[in-house]
Amino acid sequence: MDLKFTPEEEAFRDEVRAFLAEKLPQRLSDKMRKGQHLTKAEHEEWHAILNARGWLANHWPVDWGGTGWTVIQRFIFETETALANAPRVLPFGLSMIGPVLLKYGSEEQKRKWLPRILDGSDWWCQGYSEPGAGSDLASLKTSAVRDGDHYVVNGQKTWTTLGQYANMMFCLVRTATDGKKQDGISFLLIDMATPGIEVRPIRLLSGDHEVNEVFFTDVRVPVENLVGEENRGWTYAKYLLTYERTNIAGVGSSMAALGDLKDIARTQRRGGRPLAEDPQFAARLARLEIELENMKTTNMRVLAAAGAGAAPVAESSMLKIRGTEIRQTIDDLMRRAAGTYARPWVPESFEGGWNGEPVGPEWAGPVATQYFNNRKLSIFGGSNEVQREIITKAILEL
Amino acid sequence: MDFSLGEDRQMLVDSLSRFLADKYPFATRTAAAFEGTGWSRALWGQLAELGAIGALFDESVGGFGGSPFDVGVVFGELGRALVTGPWLATLQAGHVLAAAGLTDDLGAVIAGEAVIGYAEEEADTWFDPAEIATRATVSGDGWVLDGAKTVVSCAGSVDRLLVVARAEAGLSTFLVERDAPGLTVHDYLLVDGGSAGDVTFAATPARLVGIAGEAGPVIEAARALGLVALAWEGVAVMDVLRDQTLDYLRTRKQFGIQIGKFQALQHRMATIALEIEQARSAAINAADSFSADRIVRERAASAAKVTIGKAGSLAAEEAIQMHGGIGMTWELALSHYAKRLMMIGHELGDEDYHLARYIELGRERIAEEA
Ligand SMILES: Cc1cc2nc3c(=O)[nH]c(=O)nc-3n(C[C@H](O)[C@H](O)[C@H](O)COP(=O)(O)OP(=O)(O)OC[C@H]3O[C@@H](n4cnc5c(N)ncnc54)[C@H](O)[C@@H]3O)c2cc1C
Repeated sequence: MDLKFTPEEEAFRDEVRAFLAEKLPQRLSDKMRKGQHLTKAEHEEWHAILNARGWLANHWPVDWGGTGWTVIQRFIFETETALANAPRVLPFGLSMIGPVLLKYGSEEQKRKWLPRILDGSDWWCQGYSEPGAGSDLASLKTSAVRDGDHYVVNGQKTWTTLGQYANMMFCLVRTATDGKKQDGISFLLIDMATPGIEVRPIRLLSGDHEVNEVFFTDVRVPVENLVGEENRGWTYAKYLLTYERTNIAGVGSSMAALGDLKDIARTQRRGGRPLAEDPQFAARLARLEIELENMKTTNMRVLAAAGAGAAPVAESSMLKIRGTEIRQTIDDLMRRAAGTYARPWVPESFEGGWNGEPVGPEWAGPVATQYFNNRKLSIFGGSNEVQREIITKAILEL
Repeated sequence: MDFSLGEDRQMLVDSLSRFLADKYPFATRTAAAFEGTGWSRALWGQLAELGAIGALFDESVGGFGGSPFDVGVVFGELGRALVTGPWLATLQAGHVLAAAGLTDDLGAVIAGEAVIGYAEEEADTWFDPAEIATRATVSGDGWVLDGAKTVVSCAGSVDRLLVVARAEAGLSTFLVERDAPGLTVHDYLLVDGGSAGDVTFAATPARLVGIAGEAGPVIEAARALGLVALAWEGVAVMDVLRDQTLDYLRTRKQFGIQIGKFQALQHRMATIALEIEQARSAAINAADSFSADRIVRERAASAAKVTIGKAGSLAAEEAIQMHGGIGMTWELALSHYAKRLMMIGHELGDEDYHLARYIELGRERIAEEA
């Protein structure tokens, strides 16, 4: 065993750093550092910068514009971009529908949709959840009925992240009601501009608008937008979820956030001394750091065992649970570090171009909002309870 | 031992809870809490009329309550309805006015006519009055203040402020009119609704309250009472979160059955219920110890804050988690209770501060006895 990076990996890290130093616009990293919202155009801008370097779809096969990186290289890339306060790559096209099409899509679909993900022509959103189908996703009801060379879709999706920006949705629909509920689901690609689609915002407790409800009334979807076979959509949907989970674990971004937290603990004073010297806070911080160090290795072990692609189902559940718990603990310590300055709420300050007077230290502005917003991490991508069910059944066989 | 509230207190609870349920439903509350000043002065007046402020103070100073249990039940009702406004400030400032025998000034507060803020904390104090740097100096036959206070509840919309400042003789308290010269406020909303402001004083005229240099013990006791209030408010908020979550577990179905039937959730609900009862006991202990000697009082107050901090974040996080996506939404009252509970953790010293203080006070007690 050897956990050190090889000289090639070190060289790769330098290459990533040099790229970030040169190409990451400070405008974007400043916004990220301040916890401000990126606009649609800014997300697209960063995707385009990565794409120009050939690094956008770093986990796709080389033939389709991927990089052929090892899992270690991907980990280095994730960590370095997070440390540089780069925007995250949005998962919906690159890590969700992309891998599904690569594995289950027709040649035609791959040729049509994959390049459009890379060049930013399409912004995808995920149409899985419904009001009545969350953890029990397979009970979804949104129906698609074949009518000539179209499906006619009726029903409702919800919690659609950034659906307000999307022009395409990959959507789970019911195409059969007899038999097992998992066996009547199909996977459709829907153009959001099709008549009969209405997107309504949902406001989160943090005040943010990042999720939506999407309503479908007699929406006509061409049959060539069916992925794989009719009624086999559940298999594709689950394959995608494994990717999603591995992605949500976010070890690299937690490492960057822990670095920020430690800087704060060293500079923020509490009772006349740095917060880092407060025994309670120091203990909280140490436990977190130990957990994250362990997680780094767990993450690498799982990904290395899996080779290219996503982690196996049950192990990806482990990564998802502990990865999100760690991230939520970081947010918890951030709010604790802010003390009384966790309380003020200046939502204008989360938008770019704001130049009002901050309340307390600048870093404290978004911490409470981020803490509340990130409660989502243990809910979406399959709640952490559902992940524990998967571990119980698939690994422990109880 | 008697754990009942007593008839008068129960009547007060009933009338406040009926009034708030009727006049301050969730939609009204959200509008009031996140717009303008973040609180409703009209509601303030009505609650004053119902005796919500008078109940915080003793008969001898013009109130009709004033026991820590009275304080507790009033804050419990305010918490249940998520009422915003300078309630805690009124309690602390009023306690200081009462200790100085300023019953006229206090009378106007009790009547709801003069709304008062309480300005103690500064950017570098981190809950510790020993670090207060705002200066008070004698000027002519009065005093002037120089310095800055931070996150002062409703600073921009109260009529006057009770300010803790350092005079040559030591910590002292002062009354400052909101429109006094040299006073500026930068105000903002709060995460859980309501508002606060950063206040600066530049040669701002002030009226001394009590004796210069002797405010330390008074503001410490006022804070202990504030901690009693927050503990009772926190428990009430937790009760609401628990009830709403239980309702949800009984009605929301996934996999064809109520999610409350999943043992993974049942046991966690049981833990929450247990933690809330422990928190209720801590709140009762803090109220009961308020009239005991200083160290007993202060330790019980800190113990309550530690308990509320721990139980509160558990209850808030679990309530959201067990609701799934819907628990994350602004539309659902539950999320606002969760935010309030978390922010209670950031008022008057957090869990870690009070744990350290509890240990320190224990050492002081041992040293005294030796
Ligand atoms: C911010 C945010 C963004 C999201 N983005 C998207 C998106 O882009 N696209 C999309 O399709 N969906 C999205 N989701 C939806 C998300 O996937 C669901 O919220 C999630 O699957 C949980 O479903 P639910 O909200 O219906 O909760 P429920 O399924 O109703 O769960 C409620 C509670 O019961 C628990 N529970 C359920 N079943 C069990 C069980 N068997 N054992 C133990 N406990 C159980 C859950 O863990 C949870 O704690 C998003 C959600 C959020 C909050």
